[in-house]
Amino acid sequence: MKRLISGSALLPILSFALAMLIGGLLIAFSDAKVLALRSEPWEMVKAGAATAWNAYVALFEGAFYDPNLARQGGGQGFYPISETLVVAAPLILAGLSVALAFRAGLFNIGAQGQFIFGAIGASYIGFTYELPPILHITVAALFGVFIAGIYGGIVGLLKAKTGAHEVIVTIMLNYVASYLLLWLLKTEAFLREGRNDPIAPDILESAQLPKILGSEFRISVAILISLLVAWLIAFLLNKTTLGFRFRAVGANAAAARTAGMSVAFVTTSVMIVAGALAGLGGALNVLGGEYALTVGIAGSFGFDAITVALLGRAKPLGVVLSALLFASLRVGGQMMQAKTDTPLDLVLVIQALIILFIAAPALVKALFRLKNINASSGMAAKGWNG
Amino acid sequence: MSVELRGITKSFGSLVANDAIDLKVDAGQIHAILGENGAGKSTLMNILFGLLQPDSGEILIEGKAIEVHEPSDALAAGIGMVHQHFMLIPVFTVAENIVLGHEKIRGVGSLDLREARTQIMEIAKRFNFEIDPDALIEDLPVGVQQRVEIIKALFFNAKIIILDEPSAVLTPQETDELLNVMRELKKQGKSIIFITHKLREVQEVADEITIIRRGKVVGKAKPTASQEELASMMVGRPVDLEVSKKPFTPGPVILKISDLKVTDNRGRPLVSEINFDVRAGEILAVAGVQGNGQTELARAILNLEPHVDGSITIDGHEIVGKTVNESLESGIAFVPESRELDGLISSFSIAENLILDTFHSAPISKSGILDLEKIRSNAEEYTKQFDVRLQSISDPASSLSGGNKQKVVLARELTRPVKLLVASQPTRGLDVGSIEFVHERILAERDAGRAVLLFSNELDEVMALADRIAVMYHGSIIDIVAPSVTRNELGLLMAGVKGKTA
Repeated sequence: MKRLISGSALLPILSFALAMLIGGLLIAFSDAKVLALRSEPWEMVKAGAATAWNAYVALFEGAFYDPNLARQGGGQGFYPISETLVVAAPLILAGLSVALAFRAGLFNIGAQGQFIFGAIGASYIGFTYELPPILHITVAALFGVFIAGIYGGIVGLLKAKTGAHEVIVTIMLNYVASYLLLWLLKTEAFLREGRNDPIAPDILESAQLPKILGSEFRISVAILISLLVAWLIAFLLNKTTLGFRFRAVGANAAAARTAGMSVAFVTTSVMIVAGALAGLGGALNVLGGEYALTVGIAGSFGFDAITVALLGRAKPLGVVLSALLFASLRVGGQMMQAKTDTPLDLVLVIQALIILFIAAPALVKALFRLKNINASSGMAAKGWNG
Repeated sequence: MSVELRGITKSFGSLVANDAIDLKVDAGQIHAILGENGAGKSTLMNILFGLLQPDSGEILIEGKAIEVHEPSDALAAGIGMVHQHFMLIPVFTVAENIVLGHEKIRGVGSLDLREARTQIMEIAKRFNFEIDPDALIEDLPVGVQQRVEIIKALFFNAKIIILDEPSAVLTPQETDELLNVMRELKKQGKSIIFITHKLREVQEVADEITIIRRGKVVGKAKPTASQEELASMMVGRPVDLEVSKKPFTPGPVILKISDLKVTDNRGRPLVSEINFDVRAGEILAVAGVQGNGQTELARAILNLEPHVDGSITIDGHEIVGKTVNESLESGIAFVPESRELDGLISSFSIAENLILDTFHSAPISKSGILDLEKIRSNAEEYTKQFDVRLQSISDPASSLSGGNKQKVVLARELTRPVKLLVASQPTRGLDVGSIEFVHERILAERDAGRAVLLFSNELDEVMALADRIAVMYHGSIIDIVAPSVTRNELGLLMAGVKGKTA
């Protein structure tokens, strides 16, 4: 509870609430039927509220539990939450990638490219070699993680050796990864037999991640793996010497250097780990959901990951929660679009608004009159110092 | 104009920063407020200037109660404040900085500085300042920048000027000039509230002295009081300002520097032709005017400088070209010049800061895993041993006062098995109590047989602690002299004049 009002966790929650509120207003006022009632303000407000409510109900049902599907029996009502968790798994990992780099003072825009590399690696092993089930999954995932780790490590190495800014380098490497994927899918090694469009063969069954709830649902152990990795990253940051180095360099590189830490080592190694994390996201997206490598395999995972990391305050638990939130918004948004007149784009607007509010904490604090709660601790330190 | 504070109380959470403080400053007087860091001086002044609101109490000007809700109220009431950290924009000119926020506009939005410039020149003439209104702030020395802040206060017709630790950032010469400026302001009828913890300055210029300790007024004094009396009131116990030193018994050479040269990225020399050694049980103080290569020399010993030629040996082992970590492990304790920037990670907890250079080995960590219990007990032991005043070891280092921050750095560095202590400006910005503590620790290290290399711009400190004094000038050591040298001789060496002491 204390943490909740300390400003670190409260701010994201309030930002989300505000974004949903504004999103609701947008739904209401972009609806033709609502606008048609302009002459009767009260009716218009009622209709607007109903429209927004319906849209959000559809969003919720689409993300978690659908009563219509439930009537088909067999637990089908839970199909949406299974889908949400399928999307959440790679998003958690990509989010962790960005968050970890943040903690070491680096802005990893390159999760998208690293994600693609992970997907390429896993897919290639997945459809090329025939191996026993568990081994096949492990090798495929690790190969994806390995090449994505190298891909991320390049950024760290360039930064450490030449001072090249990681934001520029990662943006450029995202393009390289996208076009490399496009090219690969046209090569003989990746082209699916009998097809001309860019899609790789399905991975073999032995490389598919085991499903948790049977073949009716897509949910696989990917979500469990991502939660385990989130826990591992929390452990790394808080309990290991490597994590201590990461945090120290991120918080004050000059002091870290003076204390004998190698900033170049941290920059390189954190980018290797960040690349590996995003790469695991890409690998699991192939092995545990999509099964085939396509041009759109990475979707916008790598970019949403930045939002997820920001919303999660670059802490592993925060990343998990915000990734779940974003996954449900995205999955539920599709149902909302299908059932109501509200387009999926609204979800993007809500995401953008969340970031806007997070980036402008003063605005949120002013709106909710939090100033005194949050300022007191800081003021005490300042006032007492003099 | 007189100003009076009555029963000002301000608390932050459970901390009472100001406890029913009464203060009366008469017109045309310099009223010094003396107190250690954290005594509540700045809080009190921030209340007077409207930056903080008191929980209770009132402010009276010329006997009339006024409401000060924000700085503009204070300015309107004739109160000006010069902050410890200047509020100036480096790329703007003096005149632009002074009119900032109150600009006059001519025609279609072009800035009219003519009037301001004339007014600034008038003020400068009246108070005997030398200032070019068109100079860029970034080109001006710190002392002159401070004068700009004072002119700014005068520009807005301040009759009461608050100076918050004004000498903390100044060289000795600049400080003398500041004291002259204060006398001039007083002569012209301004009242000055002078916040400081430097006793010499107080004795020189103050008319009245109020001493604050732990948020309370603990006494008033006249400037004729001795430094010992003032210091004791400030710290709350008898203070011995004389450093008592045991006889000098040097041991074997620990640090040996030969033909050392440090260059910048473009190959220009920053430090050159450095040859000296420091023996066990010896304090070698490096004196000099700031910016003569002391910083680079200290950093070179830690291998923090990228371009170093020559040789540095610790106990016979060459360390040039090694990593920072290897330098530390070879037996160096390092107290960097800037605790906030290089010595501590302010967002890290005190406990974490105490393991900043020992985290990678036993007993703090084993095979890469931190022992959190050990980190906690380590912090508790060291903060106790070094008398760090804190609320909790898991508070961020930024919550500590300057003296306590330095104690954390010392605790971390001196509890490692080291042979050499390299301390850069270890008492800069500290209060009397903390300075005393740091000096005692440094002497204790010397007496325990460690070699000490002390970089200091404070002449008193150099002369009190050193067994030998090396004077740096233009990146080289111009001479090494005995501590029996006079201030005057040392001053000449610092200015690059050699030969009179040889």
